Amino acid sequence: MKLLSRKAMCNTHGQDSSYFLGWQEYENNPFDEVQNRNGIIQMGLAENQLSFDLLESWLANNPDVAGFKRDGNSIFRELALFQDYHGLPSFKKALVEFMAEIRGNRVTFDPSRIVLTAGATSANETLMFCLAEAGEAFLLPTPYYPGFDRDLKWRTGAEIVPIHCTSSNGFQITASALEEAYQEAEKRNLRVKGVLVTNPSNPLGTTMTRNELNLLIKFITAKNIHLISDEIYSGTVFKHSPRFVSVMEVLKDRDYDKTEVWNRVHIVYSLSKDLGLPGFRVGAIYSNDDMVVAAATKMSSFGLVSSQTQYLLSALLSDKKFTKNYISENQKRLGKRQRMLVMGLQKAGISWLESNNAGLFCWVDMRHLLHSNTFEEEMELWKKIVYDVGLNISPGSSCHCSEPGWFRVCFANMSEATLNLAMQRLTDFVAEYSTANGHKRLHHSSKNSKKTSLTLPDKWLIRRLNWIRKIQKWLSRHLNWIEKIQNGC
Amino acid sequence: MLSRKASCDSHGQDSSYFLGWQEYEKNPYHEVQNPNGIIQMGLAENQLSFDLLESWLASNTDALGLKRNGRSVFRELALFQDYHGFPAFKNELVEFMAKLRGYKVAFDPNKLVLMAGSTSANEILMFCLAEPGEAFLLPTPYYPGFDRDLKWRTGVEIVPIHCSSSNDFRITACALEEAYQRAQKLNLKVKGVLVTNPSNPLGSTLNRDELNHLIDFAIKKEVHIISDEIYSGTVFDSPSFISITEAVMEKHVDHETDLLGRIHIVYSLSKDLGLPGFRVGMIYSNNETVVAAATKMSSFGLVSSQTQFLLSNMLSDKKFTSKYIKENQRRLKKRKDMLVSGLRSAGIGCAKSNAGLFCWVDMRYLLRSDTFEAEKELWKRILFEVGLNISPGSSCHCSEPGWFRVCFANMSQETLKVAIRRIEVFAESSSSASGRENLSHQRSVRNSRRSLSKWVFPISSYNDHEPADR
Repeated sequence: MKLLSRKAMCNTHGQDSSYFLGWQEYENNPFDEVQNRNGIIQMGLAENQLSFDLLESWLANNPDVAGFKRDGNSIFRELALFQDYHGLPSFKKALVEFMAEIRGNRVTFDPSRIVLTAGATSANETLMFCLAEAGEAFLLPTPYYPGFDRDLKWRTGAEIVPIHCTSSNGFQITASALEEAYQEAEKRNLRVKGVLVTNPSNPLGTTMTRNELNLLIKFITAKNIHLISDEIYSGTVFKHSPRFVSVMEVLKDRDYDKTEVWNRVHIVYSLSKDLGLPGFRVGAIYSNDDMVVAAATKMSSFGLVSSQTQYLLSALLSDKKFTKNYISENQKRLGKRQRMLVMGLQKAGISWLESNNAGLFCWVDMRHLLHSNTFEEEMELWKKIVYDVGLNISPGSSCHCSEPGWFRVCFANMSEATLNLAMQRLTDFVAEYSTANGHKRLHHSSKNSKKTSLTLPDKWLIRRLNWIRKIQKWLSRHLNWIEKIQNGC
Repeated sequence: MLSRKASCDSHGQDSSYFLGWQEYEKNPYHEVQNPNGIIQMGLAENQLSFDLLESWLASNTDALGLKRNGRSVFRELALFQDYHGFPAFKNELVEFMAKLRGYKVAFDPNKLVLMAGSTSANEILMFCLAEPGEAFLLPTPYYPGFDRDLKWRTGVEIVPIHCSSSNDFRITACALEEAYQRAQKLNLKVKGVLVTNPSNPLGSTLNRDELNHLIDFAIKKEVHIISDEIYSGTVFDSPSFISITEAVMEKHVDHETDLLGRIHIVYSLSKDLGLPGFRVGMIYSNNETVVAAATKMSSFGLVSSQTQFLLSNMLSDKKFTSKYIKENQRRLKKRKDMLVSGLRSAGIGCAKSNAGLFCWVDMRYLLRSDTFEAEKELWKRILFEVGLNISPGSSCHCSEPGWFRVCFANMSQETLKVAIRRIEVFAESSSSASGRENLSHQRSVRNSRRSLSKWVFPISSYNDHEPADR
């Protein structure tokens, strides 16, 4: 008899994909500014490490909160026992106000409609359990976050059917792409229950336009299906960029709040990206549908947020002076960091999706570095970049992109110095790669990118430097072996 | 529009277990502000030893303030979302678990998977071990939450192993086989047995015979054993707790069969440490594939790194944990004795218990008839008239009407006294209410006398109150 379930034995958790494999390689040889300068730089992890000082300073000024105290009195017992899946009321209130603040208070949220879950990972899976039977499908625009293959499908049995987006229009969702995806699902005998979008998009790093949002609303109305808007990056819009428009805002503007479509739009949020707190496991589902709220609330039993964490963050988010300053400063720093990355890409002669106005990453165009326009080539290029250049970036294929050659490159999870080094490595690689492949000039597909050509002395230096780096790598790989021989093992 | 899971009620939360909870929420007892309110005796919480935890926290502010040796580790924790869990925390947990078992077994931290509560742990094990439509056997009575935790989203079925008061609800080889046959008749493939040890709601540890029956059964049928040991730290009396691992070792079968790869333990800090709000649960398995799959599944409910850090510090203080375990068990015993003697003076008996946060109380003689309808009626009266939320045996799938789980560790001593007083008054008035009740009481007195040796407390109480005196 089969001992374990298919879920336990199979690999549809998707964790054998390059997204996770690159992560593993990084774990094996992680870059360290002091101890391992030749290690792999992690640029595949969408973490926000730019604003911890703001959080730390708040914590230092509010020691009571971490100490389980309220107005000087210990509330430890109350928190230790608090396992109500309705969530800490003060936290839900502070959270919905924070969400509204991020949206410029153009929309408001009702705390009784928010369900807390241990991270957006849990929130997305819970919504699938609530909205779809096993074998039913959700449409997702490509490229999309690789983790969705696990989060939405693995234990739920739900299917994902891609809405193919292309670089011809900056990967925006079109009416025809939506319809085509729907037809594709029908052909595969999959009943479509809804569309799930990430807005701002991961991995594109762009906010959806009003046009796209209107298209989505029109589509879900016509097909009578749900829309899940994963807005976990809503607080990461770069300063002085086109602002984030939430689907709720568009629904409200168009008076959809009185219709039953309103009940079919659900938002997922989390504090992992905006506040940079993925370790604290704070996610949320917001829904106007009572039954969804009720079912999701009960399901949240399988992943409640620690009361210790709820209390800490309710105090943090209730401090409006802090949140106002944090949102603004965080967005400023993200914008600055993105510009740094982009300048580095320019120097390397690499273009990127220029509508990038949010997120913790850039959607980078390396199509010109492919020998052929295939995903095999993309994998080859990716391996070179991971192993030879020492950068773990995410290949577009792991995000189900329909065009080879695109990569997601993160910029907010390292120091400025590390980012500069990463860009230098990339520049060197591109130069050598181009030279080795007989390219005299680097080709760019984007209109605004500059063409660069390196002088002969530069190229000579770069080749020598790369040779030295290769020797260093060989030496460090064989050091262990040499030590063993010395120790007589 | 929505899935069946969202629309149906197989999450079991319309059962009396949860309904009683709701009634309590509407009218909660308070010593001063609402002395006529409902006293919550349906919640298995351990509130007896918070002072010990609070005193530790007061002396260890660094752990609270996310500091290590005076330096902030906030960033490290804020970013820590590795589903392999905080290594220091896992090391401390396996050490703690071994300690609770008198160091008769040792655990490997690499085989431990952390998740947000044992609710999550149990569901994950179902996802890993069974397909929708397959079944696990559970001895009755069992924790009502299992109907939701094990079945709702997984599609797995529960088939009860009927245990009865005739032998203190012990699991027998016969009952196991009978449950297995019943599953076969229902065309359900049995993947394993899930037991709670110490038992909820019985409040007693499984004895060697029971564990051996389980092991023999699991070997013969090639099925899994899940041992939910979340109350392992609440054993306050003899006999001492025997973990499933220990029993397997003692039987020396672990080498002959691949049984060890089919034994999985669930643990949590919600009962032993009284920290349900912190959501710390775990699975321990010798099966690599289960550990690997459960680790990935834990992504859907990881433990907050803030909490992992705090508790790894607390559990690393061995002096504290030794003192805590001992003192906590002493207080639990004292509280249980209080409830049992209070019930006895009301003429109500309990099953003999040595663990847990509750007593399994015998109110069969208070039933109008030997039916679950009568039990429901009695439960409602106790809830609404007496003002006590206790859990009726039917909500725990007990096969005999008239048993109730009554919690004693989630209230102050004074509140427990009030509750006992209310029970006494109720029992008195119920007994004098009708001759029929006397008759059924006489019948049950005769029944109890037959099993004299097994029921120490009820026998002494029935002897004190001959029918003529009531």
